[in-house]
Amino acid sequence: MSKEKFDYFIKGEKGKYEVVIGLEVHAQVLSKSKLFSGSSTKFGADPNNQVSLIDSAFPGMLPVINEECVKQAVRTGLGLNAKINNYSVFDRKNYFYADLPQGYQISQYKNPIVGEGKVLLDMPYGSKEIGIERLHLEQDAGKSIHDMDPSNTYVDLNRSGIALMEIVSKPDLRSPDEVNAYIKKLRSIMRYLGTCDGNMQEGSLRADVNVSVRKEGDTNFGTRCEIKNVNSIKFMQMAIEYEAARQVELIENGKKIDQETRLFDTKKNETRSMRSKEDAHDYRYFPDPDLLPLKLEQKLIDDLKKSLPELPDKKKERFVKEYGLNAYEANVLVSEKEISDYYEEVAKLSDKKLAATWMMGDLFAMLNDRGLDISKSPISAKYFAELVQAIKSGEISGRIAKEVFEIMVESGDNPKKIIESKGMKQQSDPKELEKIINEILSKNKDKVDQYKAGKEKLFGFFVGQVMKLSGGKANPQLTNEILKKLLKG
Amino acid sequence: MSLDKEKIKYVAKLARISVDEAKVESLTKDLNSIFKFIEQLNELNTDKVEPLTSILNQSLRSRKDEISDGKIREKILKNSPKENEEFFVVPKVVE
Repeated sequence: MSKEKFDYFIKGEKGKYEVVIGLEVHAQVLSKSKLFSGSSTKFGADPNNQVSLIDSAFPGMLPVINEECVKQAVRTGLGLNAKINNYSVFDRKNYFYADLPQGYQISQYKNPIVGEGKVLLDMPYGSKEIGIERLHLEQDAGKSIHDMDPSNTYVDLNRSGIALMEIVSKPDLRSPDEVNAYIKKLRSIMRYLGTCDGNMQEGSLRADVNVSVRKEGDTNFGTRCEIKNVNSIKFMQMAIEYEAARQVELIENGKKIDQETRLFDTKKNETRSMRSKEDAHDYRYFPDPDLLPLKLEQKLIDDLKKSLPELPDKKKERFVKEYGLNAYEANVLVSEKEISDYYEEVAKLSDKKLAATWMMGDLFAMLNDRGLDISKSPISAKYFAELVQAIKSGEISGRIAKEVFEIMVESGDNPKKIIESKGMKQQSDPKELEKIINEILSKNKDKVDQYKAGKEKLFGFFVGQVMKLSGGKANPQLTNEILKKLLKG
Repeated sequence: MSLDKEKIKYVAKLARISVDEAKVESLTKDLNSIFKFIEQLNELNTDKVEPLTSILNQSLRSRKDEISDGKIREKILKNSPKENEEFFVVPKVVE
């Protein structure tokens, strides 16, 4: 693959502008119960049925931390190659909103559980490192529903108190494509670790996007705006494009950019100021007197480190070395844990390179068409491997394999059975092929003469006839060889 | 540090405390004298002292990840400003 050059700039009338982006990703921790209470975290329950007296902030209730949430944060930190802090503190972030019954969110401010780390992105112009500033644990708020009643807001506290990891990147991202790659990489790492399911539709992963612009070559950052709570990669990209263009226009017209919080309106595809949040920036953090500092034994961290699964970057390296895949193939096949598991099962039983090609081609196209995850594939890894082997051994041709593949998708049947019962086996017996070819040559004497007289284009015609007569089953390579031999004689 | 009337009003607003205009003057005076008292602490050099978050030299007590609570909607919704079987109902808040 030839390397492209990075080229994402906003063109103004007075020059090119670079876009500087930093993300605060809120990832919901995978755990059975909430961060400080024993209520369930399960998605989709009846409203307010997974709420305890703690989650609804009744007076006198004391929070007790869920040890699994702490471990999940540490695992994620280790997966981000980050420093794990043995000492961290929970603070109160104070603001008033209807879906925050405590009047404060328990978060971590000065002393987060995880410090600096990094994430590697594979971009068309090469590998790029994105710095992680920190990761901290905090509580999620409840959900406000504004469209059920014209004059009231309905509040569901099921989400209130669920553990979130806020993962703050350094301002190292430079384009919507890099944001896309970054979110996907974060999600992939967390799914490998089993620390967040990464389901954006259900709100398990959402982000605040910080955007600023500066003239190409400038080393100082411009004034940034924060776009709150964007819940899909596509919307993040649209919001960044809109916001960067807006800021460039302000600068070019000699106006000032206000540092402010903005909202992305997905219907109008624009960002607008959230004036109501202006005061809210004064959060008056202070250590939560209900919670002692969190001290982690080094042994716990070391043990968690030892128990981590193989992560995508390492797995990619191994796929290249062990299976002879190229970097692109390896990258695609490790992008999700389930895909890599499927591939490894197939590769164990069949040709490794051919398996990769067929997976990334026909299998992915079929799953995509049907909107299925690989875990729901109608073709099992075992049968898929058998299909790949049937191609590799020459039992069936690539063209026939596509037909077998279609039947497998519909029936879920074993490819061997399909090939046999439908008589799809490739004709690879030289004697049988010779018989067919001789028959065609004797039927088309005039064309044979023309071929011998120099009209070599006719070779394709003969191959076509062989395929027709054999019902597409003639081994193409063998057909070519025998045809050449017989036409010479 | 000293507080002026504007600051007092701002802090009251953040804390959602309603303060009578007539009381702002005396409140400013009172709070400033409290601050003046606290200011004395700044005379100590604390450059090399870690901030003390808790006076107990213990770590946080934790619990296992088990579902042990919830399903008490009726009880909880008794505190809703308006009656509803499923939700808390509050005056409209819209961005």
